[in-house]
Amino acid sequence: MPDADRLSLDVHCALPPGFAADYWSVRLVEEVSECHAVRKSVALPLQRALDRGAMVTVHAGAGHGYAATSDVSGAGLRAAFERAFAIARACASRSLIDARSLPRPQSRGTYASPGIDAPRRSAREWRELLMQESVAAAIDDRIVDWEASVELREATHRLVTSTGGEVVQRYRLIYPHCAVTAHADGDTQTRTLNGYRGICQQGADEVLARFGFAGCGRRIAEQALELVLAPNCPSGRMQALLMPDQMILQIHESIGHPLELDRILGDERNFAGTSFVTPDMFGTYRYGSPLLNITFDPGRPEELASYGWDDEGTPAEKVYLIRNGVLERPLGSATSQLRAGLPGTANARADNWNRPPIDRMANLNLEPGDATLDEMIAGIEDGILMETNRSWSIDDSRNKFQFGCERGQLIREGGLGAVVKNPNYRGISAVFWRNLARVGNAQTMQVLGTPYCGKGEPSQVIRVGHASPACVFDGVDVFGGVDA
Amino acid sequence: MNAPDTIATHPFSEAYFHDLAAVLDRALAAGEFYTASLAAETSEFVRFNRGKVRQPGSVSQCYLEIDLMQGRRHALQRLALCGNPASDAAAIEAAVLALRAALPALDDDPHLLYATQVHSTRSVRGTPLPAAERIIDDVLTAAKGHDVVGIYAGGPVMRGFANAAGQRNWHEATSFNLQWSLYHRADKAVKSGLSGLSWDDAVFAAKMQEAQSQLASMALPSRALAPGDYRVFLAPAAMEEIAGMLQWGAFSARALATRQSSLARMQGEHGLGLDERVTLREATAEGIATGFQSAGFIRPDRVALIDRGRLVGALTSPRTALEFGGESNGANNDETPEALSMEGGDLALSDALAALDTGLYIGNLWYLNYSDRPAARITGMTRFATFQVEHGRIVAPVDVLRFDDTLYRMLGSSLEALTREAELRLESSTYMQRALASVRLPGALLSRMTFTL
Repeated sequence: MPDADRLSLDVHCALPPGFAADYWSVRLVEEVSECHAVRKSVALPLQRALDRGAMVTVHAGAGHGYAATSDVSGAGLRAAFERAFAIARACASRSLIDARSLPRPQSRGTYASPGIDAPRRSAREWRELLMQESVAAAIDDRIVDWEASVELREATHRLVTSTGGEVVQRYRLIYPHCAVTAHADGDTQTRTLNGYRGICQQGADEVLARFGFAGCGRRIAEQALELVLAPNCPSGRMQALLMPDQMILQIHESIGHPLELDRILGDERNFAGTSFVTPDMFGTYRYGSPLLNITFDPGRPEELASYGWDDEGTPAEKVYLIRNGVLERPLGSATSQLRAGLPGTANARADNWNRPPIDRMANLNLEPGDATLDEMIAGIEDGILMETNRSWSIDDSRNKFQFGCERGQLIREGGLGAVVKNPNYRGISAVFWRNLARVGNAQTMQVLGTPYCGKGEPSQVIRVGHASPACVFDGVDVFGGVDA
Repeated sequence: MNAPDTIATHPFSEAYFHDLAAVLDRALAAGEFYTASLAAETSEFVRFNRGKVRQPGSVSQCYLEIDLMQGRRHALQRLALCGNPASDAAAIEAAVLALRAALPALDDDPHLLYATQVHSTRSVRGTPLPAAERIIDDVLTAAKGHDVVGIYAGGPVMRGFANAAGQRNWHEATSFNLQWSLYHRADKAVKSGLSGLSWDDAVFAAKMQEAQSQLASMALPSRALAPGDYRVFLAPAAMEEIAGMLQWGAFSARALATRQSSLARMQGEHGLGLDERVTLREATAEGIATGFQSAGFIRPDRVALIDRGRLVGALTSPRTALEFGGESNGANNDETPEALSMEGGDLALSDALAALDTGLYIGNLWYLNYSDRPAARITGMTRFATFQVEHGRIVAPVDVLRFDDTLYRMLGSSLEALTREAELRLESSTYMQRALASVRLPGALLSRMTFTL
């Protein structure tokens, strides 16, 4: 567990004598992690990590700057205060944002993940569980690689501000994973349990049962074998039923990123890209069909990016970004809201102590509709069910996309048919969501996410949660792989 | 801007690393062995947008990963260190105790392999850089009147290796990487960059001038082209994105053995091939990557991967060598190239537009992924400076296009020429830490490339 004592020092005592900043904050982060893995029925070495550091942010006149250090002693923080102050002063005349206009939060409170103090399995218990799944996956000589693993993380984040704010947030995260690769007749197919680390939640062992981890080794292996022997996905324009472990990617890439306000403001144009969304669209633009309801929801306890306050200290609450298909507000932090003159969200987030907060997705969800899975399948004359993302690509304005899934299943005249491999589809965000034809009910929803959302300069890889029901889209341009 | 009163210094020196290794030596019990890898940096990051400074800051970080072994049992602990000798020694001692306590519950690792022959090395490169604030002043002044966005990252990056046999390796590079884009409007922009081990005002000025010249072409009315096959020239920066896909497991000996590599169909006597002008190697000696890997093995200067279009080698980690046979050749566990180098051809870069004649000049590609990995089929977007060319002259910038094509066509049947000049490009990645990787790549002229959206 993180050692809270190391983060509890009185940061005021670390202030340099006569420190003349207009505002400062100290964000201390400690995170411990463990990774247990069994590959091809051989236990890989136990891997542990302990990370600890602090970022000091200072406002001085019009300028602002940060200094991050792995030295969280009083002396280390004092040096960081001095460095951040020097940077803020040096850059004041060139600053894009007048620091005197920036918010100076004074939030106080605590947050904790569900199961934060629940019992922990031993390394031996994890190995036994993972070995059981790994051994069970070796069902055929055509299974050429297989792995079961779990990553466990616990973190404490403490934010102290010169305005009297102090927020302490404690997280417990778990990422179980299983992947099996089959090879036959010159082709190779990999099947996973909801994608690579697609299962990533806050909480403890209850997450395993939620996704049927026990027994997944054999089940995933059977599906990998089925896939490698399956025909290629056909090409054509058809209805597509996207399951939650593909929907999360669709939401992430073609709604989440284009709604990030810092992208819209141009900060990311040199790297992650810009957005086809412009500030004038909010309030009127029809993003999708009337069935589309997208929320920023930091309050769903098990979802990966739930929290009480963002990394600048803004209190987090659930808000609609898209309601009944109409765009309402961007994913914009308090800082970005000031720059753009738009409402936003509490989403100033940093992936660690050594990177500054920027506008990020947190939990970005598609609200459920009223259709059962059976009803959605029954309503499709000619289509395909696609599940589990494996390939993603989208342009720098987040418009022209192409995504691929691990597994497809044809739907003909309202019934499920043959399994097909290499199902891909392409489209344009601004059109695609308007073809949202049916939205599954709460029983079709899964709470998933990714620990690996990349963005920013310097770059950051952050945890985001996505909850989505299964959904049906009309007129999707579907195609398969290269025939071997 | 005024230079700040203090310039960052770093506590994570070679001598300090040796002190940390000595702590590990003393902490070891009978029958134990350790390897330890250090990754540290003191970095200045200045982000800018619309000709102004967006987020300026500095980061000082140091991580040590310890692999403690008893026979074939072992476990790893990664630690953040603070630079205070007493605190770091205590943290290391506590980590060794915790690892020792964990070992009895673990299985033997049949694929554990580490260097036992001592081979210590030392490499210190680079010179002190100007203060980041001065460089940003130069950039913003030179780009005055333009909508410029980008980042400067600079400072010393350190990597170290130590083991219980007394091997010590140290690699330190004081480097910088400046990446910027000049925007004309919306998504129409020219991206440029400058990186290296020493700052040169004249080289920067020339790069900025070149970018501003290209920006003039961006002012032409853009064209939205229909999907289809086009003749293309891929600039070295675009080729870097394709090389990036090869860095994603393609040359991994383990991925090849388990048929998961995108180049798996190139294996064997009757395997598929690329054009015979394609020769690729891992050329550690040409880049800025470390000359050692995490188990203490020394990397050869060059590892042949593709020779005249045929797959001839792979990157083999010690673990893979034991699991699948063969010799380890300096690869880390992820078996990813860190200094991929492609031989140039016979087309002068200055003749590229003339050789293209009519088609697309693609300055950059973006967001590539496999649409069918076993078939080495890749999709991705054009980005930044992509132009329609007619009779050897740029006539219009092109709206972004999606391609979807196989490596066997792009670097095989469709390859017409490679440029004589192969450009060394230092990796600009700053995920978690500043990268020490590079690629050296020529431009490529293709008779056709398939665009789908």
